[in-house]
Formats: sequence, structure tokens, C-alpha cells
Amino acid sequence: MTTVESQVSMAGALNRALGDALAADPTVLVFGEDVGALGGVFRVTDGLAARFGEERVFDTPLAESGIVGTAIGMAMNGLRPVVEMQFDAFAYPAFEQITSHLAKLRNRTRGRVSLPVVIRVPYGGGIGGVEHHCDSSEAYYTHTPGLRVVTPGTPDDAYRLLRDSIDSPDPVIFLEPKRRYWAKGALAGEPIPFDRAMVRRTGRDVTLIAYGPMVATALETAEAAAEEGWDVEVVDLRSLSPFDDETVCASVVKTGRAVVVHEASGFGGYGAEVVARVTERCFHHLHAPVLRVTGFDIPYPPPKLEAHHLPHVDRILDAIARLQWDDEVVGSYRA
Amino acid sequence: MARTRAPERTLLPSDEPLSLLRKDGTPVDDSPLSMPDDDVLVELHRRMVVGRRFDTQATALTKQGRLAVYPSSRGQEACEVGSVLALRPTDWLFPTYRDSVALVTRGVDPAETLTLLQGGWHLGYDPYEHRVGPQCTPLATNTLHAVGFAHAARLKGEDTAALVLLGDGATSEGDTHEALNFAGVWKAPVVFLVQNNGYAISVPMSKQNAAPSLAHKGIGYGVPSVLVDGNDVAAVYAVVREALESGGPTLIEAITYRIEAHTNADDATRYRTSDEVAAWLDRDPVDRLEAYLSARGLLDHARRAAVAAEAEEFAASVRAKLNVDVVPSPDELFEHVYATTPRHLRDQAAALREELA
Repeated sequence: MTTVESQVSMAGALNRALGDALAADPTVLVFGEDVGALGGVFRVTDGLAARFGEERVFDTPLAESGIVGTAIGMAMNGLRPVVEMQFDAFAYPAFEQITSHLAKLRNRTRGRVSLPVVIRVPYGGGIGGVEHHCDSSEAYYTHTPGLRVVTPGTPDDAYRLLRDSIDSPDPVIFLEPKRRYWAKGALAGEPIPFDRAMVRRTGRDVTLIAYGPMVATALETAEAAAEEGWDVEVVDLRSLSPFDDETVCASVVKTGRAVVVHEASGFGGYGAEVVARVTERCFHHLHAPVLRVTGFDIPYPPPKLEAHHLPHVDRILDAIARLQWDDEVVGSYRA
Repeated sequence: MARTRAPERTLLPSDEPLSLLRKDGTPVDDSPLSMPDDDVLVELHRRMVVGRRFDTQATALTKQGRLAVYPSSRGQEACEVGSVLALRPTDWLFPTYRDSVALVTRGVDPAETLTLLQGGWHLGYDPYEHRVGPQCTPLATNTLHAVGFAHAARLKGEDTAALVLLGDGATSEGDTHEALNFAGVWKAPVVFLVQNNGYAISVPMSKQNAAPSLAHKGIGYGVPSVLVDGNDVAAVYAVVREALESGGPTLIEAITYRIEAHTNADDATRYRTSDEVAAWLDRDPVDRLEAYLSARGLLDHARRAAVAAEAEEFAASVRAKLNVDVVPSPDELFEHVYATTPRHLRDQAAALREELA
């Protein structure tokens, strides 16, 4: 994308990426549950079956292990499947195919079998979804070597990351922040490498490290923090695995303070890895412990209570306030 | 709309396993199957004898500590050899960990066949070189790979069918059912060959399945099903070849028996009797074909001796190859995880090199 275009939603950007990929490469296939005539429950595949035909964009039986397992076989036979899991928690039946085969076949075969499969997973909460429709399942995938795990925070990045994912020779778990499907933005960005993080807002005082649905929340927090006198930098990770230590550490070394934000539960969560990496690499530049603002360590709440669970601007501002600005001893631990 | 025949009739297996040869090697008179050509039968015999010798050699090497583990397929040679020789040149095989004999029959180097079990790497051969998918250790996951592979071939306009091997225990796994369903809906050219060898490690059929046969499971997915005598190599060859040429999916249950324990680490005396094993030894697939070929004048003493000598020679080559301990460089642990090795893995590889220096 080289020219600035009018505003498009993230779902629209994903739809355009799929259409452009299908048009560019005859080996690309799109399949899953309800992705054909319906265009997906979030309409991300809207119009693609009509445009490219039912041999390339098609509905499958309702079985996630079957979808991923057959995608593996198709990729072994030279195709590039892009499959949709309808919701985060509905991808769990495919877990064995993903972790035991999709992630490992390249290594098992000493590089002879390449599996360019993209698994699109609408994930996260904030849409009033009932149980099993709001999980943040990224840590299950990032803990699995052999997978790439990416998640866009903006429509522009949704387009770019999905095109890069489809072009990737490695399997990609493509996590779509469903609460941001309808947020609009321009498709105009400069190309940046697939596995690099991106500084979304520059600042001097503290680095907010976020991804997917929390990028917008982090940017909103940065605006509010400015009113309190903090100049906040926001890093959008984009690629959760592999992890871009360089961009993240450059920011933290500059600011000396960092907060990691994600919707998923904190314990054993992705943020713990980020905090560990930052602390290991930037310890002598830190003025305060790296803090996390995450969902509670509870099963995802029912819709009427989810606002308590999800990180929000005030909670992130509170974390920023605890970053030892006046050399007082703070931290999340209370003896 | 008038129907001349209930459609489910074409999906159900026969009441009794189809066969071409009785257990004494005499031909079945009214079999619906076509007897393979003489040259095919002679080749089936040669490959079964060589395959069995390979299997006993691998078991012996395991006892000597050369292999970490070996799941024998002794007694199942008719399935291992009959199905693989039925493959056409463009077809693909998706085996399990118990199908070493099928792999060497397919032409995979014996050392590469045993790499997984020897412990040098998780797989020894190039799947594209032999049109053989990776040996599958988790049960039934390979069924879906076969369906996807076959469907892709169809989409690409290629005349390729996939043969996936699985055992009786694997038919209880969800992936088997998803694969049969996908294959039925897509009419994918896939042959599911269930080697029903009586036990899933120690668990007998009575605790695995309540259907009249495992082949009966096909009807629920619209997949034609076949029940065959899995110790009759002529019959296995015939039904697999017909299924591969059908252009659509087929579920085949082959009734056979695992003469050895599950692996060298298993104690089969805890769950089955020696009388039962003896009864199956009496239904030996190699003896059965030898009796038929001898009666037909296709297997004389010289031919028998030549095949036995070839089997011994093959076993000697397996011993020679496996007695060389091949351990890959630890660097390789990091090389194949991604297409391009990312920074963190390059760092870890460097750290390990330094540790080993």
C-alpha cells in the first residue's frame, strides 16, 4: 500500500488483505466455519467466496481439529491455507494439531516440509460476549516453538501483518482483536519487517508495552498521562513470537520505566515473559520494577462484569504512578 | 424418487471379512475380489519375507540397545506389504510408528526408517522423496493430514490418492471421525486402512468399540467401508488397490494380529494368553501365501532360498547401518524451527556451542 486511502475498519482491512492474497497467489485458500456464503460471523471473509469460487473459499464441517489437520495436509501438498477459527476458545479442539504437528513438522523433517498455514483467531474480550467467546489465548501459542504469533493493533497493521503472514513460510497464529474489528483507520503505513515491534507514540518518561486490543487503550492512556505530566511512549509488539527485543529494549533504555499491558490473566502470562526479557536486558537502566497491568487470574468473566477484568486507562495510569517517581518504595507485592 | 437399492447398502461392509485365500492357502471360490496377477503375488511374498526379517532384526537391535524402542508389526505383514504394493506411483502413504515394514517396502532406507526409534532425530527420511508422510506417533492425527493432502491433490487436478494407516485404538480418537467426515463431505481420494490387531497396547476390542465392526463406522460419514481378512495379502492388495482407484474415500478394516508385544517395553502376558497367540500363528500371512504359491508352482525351493538369502542380506545391511551411532550436531537443534532462524535461537545455539567448547 503506497497511497493514503480513506478510512477502513480492521475487519475491512483483513478482508482486503485476504482478497489481495487470493488474487496474487493461486495456491492461497481460505476455509473454515461459515466463511463462505455468510462471510464469517465477523464478515471478515465477506464476498470472497463469490469472487474467488468455492474451490478456494469454502465452508468446512464444524470441526476445528479437522480444519487445522487438513490444512496441514494441504500445505504439505503445496497450498497456502488461511483458516478461520470462529472464536478464541473454539480453537482449543485444534490444539494438538497446532502444537504437535503444525509447529513441529519443519523441525521433525529437518526443514524438508514447510507449512505455510495461517490460523486466524478472533480473540479477546470487550464485546459483551458470553463464555468461551472472549479468551486471550496468546500464551498457549507463544509457548510453542515453531509458531509465529502476531496480532495487529490498527487496521493498517491488520492488512500488512496478514499479507506478511500469508507470505510466511512458517505457520502463523494470527490473533485478531475482535473488539477493534470496527475501529477505523487509514491503510497507508510504511512497510516494516514482519517480526518487528513498532513505536506508536514517542515519549521520554515511561514505555507502555502493548499489543492487539490494548494498543488503542495504551494510546488513550498516553493522552491522559500527558495531562498528568508524563510523556508516555507506546510500543506495539505486533509479533509476539519471535519477540523484538531490540525495539522494546531501545525504548525502555531511553525511558527507564515500563508497564506491560494485556487482557489475558497475568499469572504465567505473556507479560511475564516481556518483563523478564526487559529486566534481563535493561536492568541497569531501570528506575523502577517493570509492572504489569493484566486481566485478573480468573476465568473470563460474564459480560456484565467484564469491565472490571479488562485493563483500562485509569488502571494503567495507576501503574504508571507507582513507578518510583519520588524514590518511594512501591510495587505490587504487599507483605 | 424411486431407488433401486438402498444407498446405505453400498456403504456397509460385508458380514464376514473378504478374502481370496483360506488360512491353509487354498483359494476362496466365490470371492468378489480379483486375484492379483502372478508376478504381483510373487512380489508380495518376497516383500513379506524381507519385511519380516527386517522386523525381527529391529527387535533384536532394540534388545542390544541400538534402538530406544521398537513397535513390531510381526504378524501384520499382509497389511504392511499388501497395502504399500497396492499404491500407484503418484499415491502417498501416511504411516504410524508401527509401520516400519511398510516404509521399507515403500523403499525408504532402513536406517532412515528407524531414525525416529533409534533416537537420532524425530524423522529420518524426506517425505517428498518417497511420497511418505512422517511417521505419526500421536494416534490418528495423520488421518487429517491424509485427507487434506488428497483434497489438495484433487484441487490441483492431480491423480493422487492418499493411504493412511491406523490401528484399532486410533479409531476411538476424535481425529479419525473428523477425518472420515471431511473425507466423506469432500469425497476426497483417501483410503483409511485400519489394522485391527486386536489390542491397543493392552486394551482389547471389547473395550474399544461397540459397533458390529470398525468398518461399520464408515456409514455414519457416507464413506464406503470394507472388511477384509488382514492376514490374506492377496485380499488386502486387492481391496486397497480398488479403493485407491475409486477416486473417493474408503474405510477398510483389516482383521489381523500383533504377534509381538506392543513394544519391547510391554509385557503381553498380562493381557492375553499364549493359546490366543498360537491360534494366530496358525493363521500366518506368509505361510498362507507360500502354500498358495507352492501349489500353483510359483514358489519352488530355489526361489524360497533366494528370497531367504535376500532377507538375510537385508538384515545384515540393517545391522551394519544401525551399529554406526549417528548423532547429529547439537547446532541442528536450532536450525529447523523456523525457515529463517530468529535471533533468540541463534543466541541460544551460540551459548550451547560455547558450553560444549
